[in-house]
Amino acid sequence: MPVPIRETRLPQTVGLGFKPEHFQAIAARPGAVGFYEVHAENYMGAGGAPQAMLTHLRRDHAVSIHGVGLSIGGAAALDANHLARLKALLDRHDPASFSEHLAWSSHGAAWLNDLLPLPYTDESLATICDHVDQVQACLARPMLLENPATYVTFAASTWDENAFLREIVRRTGCGLLLDVNNVFVSATNHRRDPRAWLDDFPLEAVGEIHLAGHEVEALDDGPLLIDSHSRPVAAAVWALYARVLARTGPLPTLIEWDNDVPAFDILLAEAARAATLIAEVRHALAA
Amino acid sequence: MLSPPEPLAQTQQAIHDALWVPQTPPGLDPQVGLDRRFSVYRNNVQHGLSRALAQRFGIVERLVGEVFFAAMARVFAAQSPPRSPVLIDWGGEFPAFLAGFAPVAHLPFLPDVARLDWARGLVGHAADTRPADAAPLGRADAGRLVLRLAPTLALVECQTPAVTIWRAHHGTALPTPLPQGPEYAAILRARGFEVQLHPLDASQYRALSALAQGVPLALATADSDPTAILALLLRHGLITSYEDLPA
Repeated sequence: MPVPIRETRLPQTVGLGFKPEHFQAIAARPGAVGFYEVHAENYMGAGGAPQAMLTHLRRDHAVSIHGVGLSIGGAAALDANHLARLKALLDRHDPASFSEHLAWSSHGAAWLNDLLPLPYTDESLATICDHVDQVQACLARPMLLENPATYVTFAASTWDENAFLREIVRRTGCGLLLDVNNVFVSATNHRRDPRAWLDDFPLEAVGEIHLAGHEVEALDDGPLLIDSHSRPVAAAVWALYARVLARTGPLPTLIEWDNDVPAFDILLAEAARAATLIAEVRHALAA
Repeated sequence: MLSPPEPLAQTQQAIHDALWVPQTPPGLDPQVGLDRRFSVYRNNVQHGLSRALAQRFGIVERLVGEVFFAAMARVFAAQSPPRSPVLIDWGGEFPAFLAGFAPVAHLPFLPDVARLDWARGLVGHAADTRPADAAPLGRADAGRLVLRLAPTLALVECQTPAVTIWRAHHGTALPTPLPQGPEYAAILRARGFEVQLHPLDASQYRALSALAQGVPLALATADSDPTAILALLLRHGLITSYEDLPA
C-alpha cells in the first residue's frame, strides 16, 4: 500500500532545473516537462533578463522555487532581510512549491555559498524547528526541507538523520524534499546500506523528489561520493528511486543538473526516464 | 554578563574557520579519510565563490587567466566574503582590492576594468522601467527641463585606457599605441536585455553625469552636443520622466 502523500501544488510528474541557456529551447516547447525549478537567490535582482525569464517560465509552467541561502541550520537567527527578499520573490511569482535545505551557509555577516553539515542534537533540532516555523509564518505557506548529502558526521550527534527529519516534520508541519541521490551519497560515504536508509526515510511527508548525478572518488576504506550535479543520474540511484515510487506512488520529481550543464535534449532524456518509472508505478497502482 | 556560546554555534565557528585553512575542525567522527572528506566542503566554498566572482568580473578573468583569477578570488573571498546569499550584490569592493593587490600592480588598468564589469552587472539586474513619451522635449524650455534617467544606465570614468581594453575583449580591435586615458563609458541595457558599452568623450560624460544628477538639460549640455546624448538616451529608452523646474 502506498503511504499517504503530503499535498503539493506541483504536478506529480517530472520537472527540470531551469538553466538560462535553455530558455529559447524551453520557450519553443512549452510543456516539454511538468514543471521547472529555480534557485531563489538567482532571481533576487530588481529586474532584467532573470526576472523576465522567470515570469515567462511561470506563465507556461508550474514553478518550484528552491532556496539555497536561508541557512536554516545556522545557530544564528535567520537573516530577516533575506527572508523579506524571499517573501517578495514568492509574492511576485507565486510558485507551486518552496523548498530549502537541512544545512547552514551563513556565519556572522558572511555567506559561505555551500550547504554545510551540522550535528543532529536536541539543541540543533530546536533551532531548526524555530527557523522553519519562522519561515512558514513569514511566507504564509508550508515549506519542504531537503535531506543533505554529507561527507562527515559529528561526534555530538544524538539523533539519526531520518529520526531528526521526522521530528522536524512533527513539530513544524513542514514537508520534506527527498533527494534520492543525497541518500545514496550519504549512506555510501558513511558506510551504511542506502536501501535501509531510504526505507526508514519519513516518506509520508515527501512532497517532491530530487534526482542528480554524483562524482566518485576513492578513500582507503571505500568510495567517497560527491554530490556534484554534473552528471547523469547513477544506475543505483535510479533503482532507489523506483523503490521509493513503489511505496509512495507518483511524486513530483526533479532532475537537477547544475554544473557542466548539457544540451536541453540530454536533460529531456533524463526526465523521460523518470517519467517512464512514474508511469509504470501509476499503471501498477491502477491495476 | 555574556553566556557561553552554545555548542552548535561553537561547532559552526570551528567549521567556518577551517574553510580557509588546511586544518580539519574538531568535533567530527574519526572516519577514514577525514581530511579529504572535510576538504569537499572547503573546495565547494572556495570554488563556488571563485566561480561567482569570475561570472561577475569576466573581463578581469580573461585578462589575468582562469588559474590566476581563481587564486586571487580565494584571497578576496577570504577577506571580503559575500554579505548575503544574493551573489549579484557581491564584489563591489573587488576593484579597490585589485588596486591594492601587489601581484597585479603591473596591470594598472585592472581596477578600472573591474569597475566596468561591475557596472555591467548592476545594469543587467537593475529594475525594469518604462521609457517616457519624448513629447516634452519638443515643447519644454531646455533651461528648466530635468530628465530622470533609468537605473539601466551607468556612467564610468576611468583614469586608464580600461574602456579600450574592455572593448577589445568584445570584438573591437585593440589600437596601437594604446591611448593614455582618461576614458569614459556609458554602460546601458538595450531592449532585449543586452548590456552594451558606449565609449564617451569627456564632454559627453560630464553632460550625462550632470543630467543624471538632475541638472537641467540646457545647462548639462552647455559644452557638448546635446543631439548625440539625447539620441543615445532615447534610442535605449533611458529617460523615465521629464520634469519642468519652476521658472
